[in-house]
Order: sequence, then C-alpha cells, then structure tokens
Amino acid sequence: MTEFRAPAAELARFRLRVVVAAVFVLVCFGLLAARFHHLQVKRHDYFLTRAEDNRIALLPVVPHRGTIVDRRGVVLARNYATYTIEITPSQVRNLDATLDELAGLLPLDARDRRRFRKLYEESRNFESVPLRSRLTDEEVARVVSQRYRLPGVDVKARLLRDYPQGSTASHVIGYIGRVTERDVERIEEAGNAANYRGTLHMGKAGLEQSYEHELHGTTGFEQVEVNAGGRAVRALSHTAATPGNDLELTLDIELQKVAEKAFGDRRGALVAIEPSTGGVLALASMPTYDPNLFVDGISTQDWKALNDSPDHPMLHRAIYSTYPPGSTFKPFMALAGLETGKRTAKQAMYDVGYFQFGGHRFMDDKIGGHGMVDLHKSIVVSCNTYYYQLANDLGIEGIAGFMAPFGFGERTGIDLPGEATGVLPSPEWKRNRFKKPEQQRWFAGETISVGIGQGYNAYTPLQLANALAALVNQGKLFRPHVVKYVVDSRTGERRAVEPEPLRQIPLRDAHLKAVLDAMVDVNRTGTGKRAFKGAPYTVGGKTGTAQVFSLRGQRYVEGRVRERLRDHSWFVAYAPAENPRIALAVLVENGGFGAQSAAPIARQVIDYYLLDQRAGAPAAEDEEGAESEEGAESGGDALPASRIVEPALPLEAPPAPVPSRPATPPAAVPAPQPAAARSAR
Amino acid sequence: MNDNRFNPLALVLGFLRPLDPVLMFVLAALLGYAHVLMQSASPERLDSQITHIGIALAGMWVLAWLKPQRLLSMAVPLYLLGVVLLVAVELFGEVSKGAQRWLDLGVARIQPSELMKIAMPLMLAWFFQMREGQTRFIDFILAGALLLVPVGLIVIQPDLGTSLLIAASGLYVIYFAGLSWKLLIPLMVALVIGLGSIVAFGDTLCQPEVDWQVLREYQKQRVCTLLDPTRDPLGKGFHIIQSTIAIGSGGLTGKGWMDGTQTHLAFLPERHTDFIFAVLAEEFGLVGALVLLAVYVLLLLRGFHIAANAPTHAARLLAGAITMIFFTYAFVNMGMVSGILPVVGVPLPFISYGGTALVTLCLGIGILMSIQRSRFADKT
Repeated sequence: MTEFRAPAAELARFRLRVVVAAVFVLVCFGLLAARFHHLQVKRHDYFLTRAEDNRIALLPVVPHRGTIVDRRGVVLARNYATYTIEITPSQVRNLDATLDELAGLLPLDARDRRRFRKLYEESRNFESVPLRSRLTDEEVARVVSQRYRLPGVDVKARLLRDYPQGSTASHVIGYIGRVTERDVERIEEAGNAANYRGTLHMGKAGLEQSYEHELHGTTGFEQVEVNAGGRAVRALSHTAATPGNDLELTLDIELQKVAEKAFGDRRGALVAIEPSTGGVLALASMPTYDPNLFVDGISTQDWKALNDSPDHPMLHRAIYSTYPPGSTFKPFMALAGLETGKRTAKQAMYDVGYFQFGGHRFMDDKIGGHGMVDLHKSIVVSCNTYYYQLANDLGIEGIAGFMAPFGFGERTGIDLPGEATGVLPSPEWKRNRFKKPEQQRWFAGETISVGIGQGYNAYTPLQLANALAALVNQGKLFRPHVVKYVVDSRTGERRAVEPEPLRQIPLRDAHLKAVLDAMVDVNRTGTGKRAFKGAPYTVGGKTGTAQVFSLRGQRYVEGRVRERLRDHSWFVAYAPAENPRIALAVLVENGGFGAQSAAPIARQVIDYYLLDQRAGAPAAEDEEGAESEEGAESGGDALPASRIVEPALPLEAPPAPVPSRPATPPAAVPAPQPAAARSAR
Repeated sequence: MNDNRFNPLALVLGFLRPLDPVLMFVLAALLGYAHVLMQSASPERLDSQITHIGIALAGMWVLAWLKPQRLLSMAVPLYLLGVVLLVAVELFGEVSKGAQRWLDLGVARIQPSELMKIAMPLMLAWFFQMREGQTRFIDFILAGALLLVPVGLIVIQPDLGTSLLIAASGLYVIYFAGLSWKLLIPLMVALVIGLGSIVAFGDTLCQPEVDWQVLREYQKQRVCTLLDPTRDPLGKGFHIIQSTIAIGSGGLTGKGWMDGTQTHLAFLPERHTDFIFAVLAEEFGLVGALVLLAVYVLLLLRGFHIAANAPTHAARLLAGAITMIFFTYAFVNMGMVSGILPVVGVPLPFISYGGTALVTLCLGIGILMSIQRSRFADKT
C-alpha cells in the first residue's frame, strides 16, 4: 500500500503542518472568543441599551403638498398647520386604557374613536395614527403635560389641506382624502410605496387627483434614535422632503364665481374656453359642494346629505353628464351641409311647419313654419324643418363623419379625472350599443331627430364648448386643459402645459363665415337677442333645448317631478365675434328654452370676462383681494342682462343640501406659505 | 473481524461500526444545539430541519461505509461532473437574488457549487496521491489550475462566499501537500498587507465613484459596510449593526432561551440561517458562545487527529482539508456575525438552517469517519 512508499520524513512533515494548522485554528478561535468577550462583557452595557431602546427609527418626512392657484394667483388650495394627537400602536400597551385616559384630557367623540379604529386596523404598527386634529392650544398643553404617562401618544404638527374658496370650483379643484387600503394597493402596484410612507392624504377628485404625482412631492426621511418609551431623543440624520409642485390654472376664479352665482340654485354646467389655447377659463357644475368637508374624513351625515340629495352635488356635470345638444347642434349641421356641398349659403327652402318623412310628421317649433328659410335664417330663428331636410340629405354616416373631428362623442382629454365619452350616433355606434338585432338597425327616421341635436345625441357641456372653440378658431381643435403651469417647487421653474392642438379640421373660410355670421345675428335679431340686448361687444351664439325623456329611475319627490320633466336649456356663445377670446357652453337642467335661462348666464359671464376684468385691473392676490372683488359684483348685477335672470336669486346662497363649511378652527393658525407666496407674484 | 451471526444486537453494532464515537458525539451536540436554537429563531421550520438531519445522516453513513480508496476513485468523475454542471448553470441556470446559482433538473433544483465543496478537495487529494513521492513545483501549478477552473466559474455567478470556501478547500490540500513555506509565507504577508491597506484606506476606496475592477459592486458594498457599518445603517449595514447589538446585549449568560428581544422583535435579519449565531449569543450569552467554540474545537482536533493518523497520503490530505473547511465555515460565519469579517453568506456549520449545507457538511464528516475506519482496516 501507499504508506510503504511514503517516507517517514514526509509523514513527519505532514504532521508538522497539521500542528501549524491546529495552532492557527486555535488562534483564530481565540480571536473570536476575544471579540465575543469584547462585545458581551466589556461593551455589554452599551449594547444592552442599544437593544432595549433599540431602534434607530426611520421616520418619513412628509412633503408639503403643492398649492393650486388660479390664473391670477388667487389661492384655491393650500396647506395650514394644525396640531394633531397621534398614537403609535406598537408603543401602546393597552389601547383602550390609553384612549380612555385621553378622553379625560380632551373631548373625543364617538366619531373620532371610530375613525381611529378604522385607521388603526389599516396602519402599519410603527407608524403613528392620528386620533384627532385641530387641537386647541389648551388641549395641546394638557396632552403634552400628561404625555409621560401615555407612552406612544404624541402631539404632532401636521399640515392639513384648506380650500379657501369653499364650494367655488369644487369639482375642478377636487379634494384630498385619507389614503385608504385600496389606495395603498394601487400605490404599491405603481411602485410608489416608499414615497407614500407617512402620507395620510392623497387626491381623490378633480385636479387633486389628476395631478397627484405633481402635487405630492418626494418624501424625505429622518433617522432618529428613540428611547425606551419610544420617543425620538435625537435626530441622527435628516433628508429633507421635496415639496410638491404648485399648479397655476388657466381658470379664472372670479369668472368662475360669476358663473356659479348666475346659476343661483339651478342645476347645470358651464364651460368657458379660451379658443386660441384650449385653456379652460371657467368650469362650473351646479350645485357644488364644499371640498373642505373631505379633508379630514367626511362625516357620515355630511356624506349622506351629499349623496342623497336629488340635486347630486357630487356629480361633475360639466365633464361627466351628457345631454342632447338640441339646437346648439345646428351651426355644426349647417357647416356640414356647406362643406359636403349638400347646401349653399344662398339656397333656401320653404318651411311649412313640418317635415314629412315616411308616415311621420316632424314638427317645427313655430306653428305654420318660418316661410322661406336659407342657411342664415335657419340658424337665427332656429328652424327645425331646414335641418330635418338637411339631415335626411346628409344621411347619418355623413353627419357622424363630419361631427367626429370636432370631438363629439370622444373624450376631450381634459386634465381632469372621470370624463364621459358621450354619444355621436351612427349605425356603427348603434350596432355596438345594443344587443338585440332588431335594436341594432339604424332607422332613417332616427337621422331626422339627430339633425336637430335630439335623438341619441349626447354630449358633455365640455365637448360642446370645445367643439365651439374649434369652430370659432378656424377649425383648430385643442385638448382642453385647466392647468396652465406646473411650478417646480425646487427651481421655481414654470413648466407650461402647452396648448396641444389635437387636429386641424379643414374648413373653407367662406363656409365658416356664413355660419358664424348667422350666430352673431342670433344674438342681434334672433333667439338670443333679449339676453344680449345692449351688449357693447359683438357676440355669436346659439340657443338650444334638450328634451328630457324620462325620470331615469329618480326617486319620486312631490313638487320636484314636474320641474324635472322640463327640457334642459342650452346656450353656446363666443365673443368678441371678430377675434373670440372666450367660447362657452351653458346648460341649465330643466331650464326650459335656451334663450330663457341659459343665455342670461352666458351674458353675465361674457360681460364679466370682457368688461369688468379690464386690462390693467389688479390681479387678486389673496383672499382680501378676492373679497373686494365680490363686493364689486353688485355692479355686475346692475347690468341690463341680469334683469332677465329670475329676480329672487339669493346672493351667495350655498346650494341647499350642502352644509356650509365649518368655521376655521381656533388652533389652526395658517402657517406661512412659502409655496403660495412664490406663485403669487 | 466480521463475526456477526444473525444476532440482532451484532447487526445494530455492525451497522453503527463505521461511525466514529467522538465525531458522533460532536455531531449530536451541534445538531441538538441547532434544534434548541431553531425553536427560538424559527419554530415553524423545526419539522423540515429534522428531515434535513435525517437525509444528511444517511449520506454520512453511506460515505462512512465506503473505503477512502473508493471515494478517491470517484474524484475525477465528480470533479468533471461538477465543472460541467457549473458551466450549465452559467448557460441555463436560474437567477435567484441576482445571482445564477441554481440548475433546475426537472425533479429537483440543485446548486452545483455545493457539489464542488466535496469534489474539489477529493480531486486534489487524488491528484497529489498520483504524484506522491515525486511532487515537484510544477505539480502545485497544475493543482492551482485545477482549483481555479471551478472557483472562476463560481465567482462569475457571482457567489463570492462559496467561491472563497472552495478556493480555501483547494488551498488547504495544497498546503498539506507540502507547498514550500518560502512561497506560503510571502503569500500570507501579501494578504495581510492587502487587507490592512483596505482597512486603512477604506474611506477613500469606498467612495461611490471608485470602481474596484476585480470585485462586483455588491461585494464592494459588503466590504465597505464592514469597514464602516454606519455608512448604510438601514440597508446593508443593518445586518451587522443588529447582530452585534444582539451579541453584545446577550452579556455573560444571555437573556435566556426564547427571550432574545433582538430575535423576537424581528430586528435580526436571516436569524434562522446565516445569523443564527447572533440568536445563540443573545439568548445564551458568552457562555453559550464559548460552549459552541469548544464543541467546534473538539471537532477540529478530532479531524486533525484523524488526518495525522491516516494511512495514505491522499487520505491525510483529504482529512486535513475537510477539517480546515469546517474551521473556515465556523470562523467566517462567526466572524461576520460579530462584525470582524465581511458578510459573505456562509452558514454556521451544523447549526444554520438549510438542507444543502447540512448534507455537504455531513458528507465531510462521513469522509472523515471513512478515513478513520480505514486505519483499522489496513492494520488487520
């Protein structure tokens, strides 16, 4: 065997090496033992402390949410500092006892407790859960003085959201609400979980929702050493949060106020657009609600009141509700006739008061008819018969093909959440819409009602306003937008939200002129003349009336029903006619004829925009400015147009079902707002 | 020697005969210790731990029965198989935790680098046996080449910990085979100076813009974190900070079984695998740690004893290398957990949870037993 060949010397050498290895091993283990001794005996006290109060806690530093200001710097959404009492569940031994103890120090109602329970169940153990906000100074003092008895209880300064304009433009601004479990899931899916650590609120509606990524900012982190009671003893390092970016809107909040006031307590919507940019000047949906109710969790009663109101204040009518456009569709139809060559401007027909199609008579509004009607007159007097005939000549495919580029039946892409698509009727749409074959067929008779903006036609006020803006802008259609600039919180750089032309619709100038001239005459001699009597500017417009067909499953409420069956009133307008600076669509639900209730609202808005807000008028910089503007509005009321409005309109009356927002809390001293100050220049 | 005549007792004794009593005692002590620790660190894994132990002991028993020469005759095929599998991992392997380590064979996922931990010392022992009595310098170069191939393949996976272990296992064989001290000592000195300078100039070297060429970014991070754990207290330094707190807070006699706050408040990461030593030191204190060290020392001394008395050159090399591998595992693991070595992902031998490592280690014990037994066999 091999060992006979191995010389004894080699074995001895190997054994020496084994001894050396063994010595090496023992030395190394000795080193380890020394290390253990060092850690476990010499520095034991230090490490024991470290283990017991362990924890370098990592606390998120929540960024300041960006502010929102209107086109002239009036603050629409801002933050204010308030003291909240918060509990860190992991440091509380007996939660109920702690809560009872706290209830002895400051008023805690059942609602606070319920809300806390809910948040507590959703929270991660080491993050503090707010129990009550808006503490008074006295309450803060009482809790702080007793804090040593209440481990895990802390008074923190938090920033809360405030909407100083109250219910004005609430649908546009939206609101923030508590981050719910479902939000957390969505945030985690998007990979933003780290950035939302410590964030309690996020945008839930309106701009607050659609610009959440800009407004939120980047969360910072603070590393703190905490003592045995779990309180931060000292900060070890601090990575500052980056505040969210501010938004500067195209919206003019004073114009918005004029519009909302003009509605009074009627329901409806108004969309005013700057035709040359697609910037939205006013976007009203009536009634409104107070977004401040949502900031700290809306109470059950408030929520019930908003939800159960037959007026549906939460509904964003301007971008979500769809209505048949009625006669406001006619200018577009007229242009379709010209562009397709089915009509010339001069071509006239004789209106006998109805249009006979198959076995059915489509009636005109005027009994006996308008007599000889050409294109111009058809718009000015809003002659139905002309358009019955025209619709029949164009055919449904022709109508749909011409209207689609104007954005009818397609989302405009506005930077707000929850926009409806609307319906541009066509045989194809009908095939997709209905299941049964007999319903899927398009009947030629249906084309006739489409021609006067009734039938299946259904558009949002925004779509109509934007289509009108394109019409008066030589066929250039923009993506409407509410935000003008995003102001970078660090650099102060203003990133413009560029006017984004969606498409250029090819239109002949002569055709356009024929239609627009007629629209100007609508307000001079036609259906809109009463509303625009004495206007010192030229204004084009068109009245419209949308038929209401059914109650759509509404609850029966005595006294309301009759009103709810009335037609919706439309008015579209643009001014000045030579070089339009504003194009708008007004809808008053159950307002009857367009000329009667919608047109006067349009008049007030245009008056304010073109006359009151004269060049060089100082921009409202803050709330005081805003209030003085309100005072000036009585002057606006004196304008001839406003006399046509129902006289008994209460000034500044909030819509009945919406409770007014709570008074500013006593402890809530608005903190200096660096962001707001920056954007108000 | 074989005198059992269908006697059940004799059968059992015969069954147990290849098992070395000292090693069995050490093994029982370590596995018992591991079981106690697992009840505290991760009770839900106790059942599978038992399964792992069963498989590992069976493997050990099989190797203990085999003669060392039979084992050595498998050296070349095992080594070649290992290299082929490592290449296969590089080409088709599964990526887990950012590294390619696993090979899915349909029935089971295997980690070829684990096979190499046995095959490598076996291969080199076989190699030096071939050259026995006429070993020249060129043989050491060849042995180095045999070593570098699998180590290189594992480095690119990248798995720094395993490649270091396998490199060490090969180097131990080379050392025991008699590589000249004249070469060994300068090598050690260079290593010490290299490590010393890294410690001295750590701050400069760890600047983010410094590219280390040889080591990957995560390896650089590990070394830098070791030099200054506070550099990244919430990320990579977290392990070391928390484990030193656990060890240090254990004190002389520990906080008591199941009472380690670091362990039970989840501050200790990977507490059932690589960082189980921190659980031990926290709950059983310095006393518990020294007991563990003592058991390891017993294991190593027994291993050295077996090596020194092994009948053949190859068996000596193999026994010496395997013993040193046990030492390396234990030292590197405890060193990293107590913060004197970088975190390289080496389990605490026989204690950390994990089937693969336990099987490999028990196979090593089986080889030692086989060598120990062959001493008697050859004497008769």
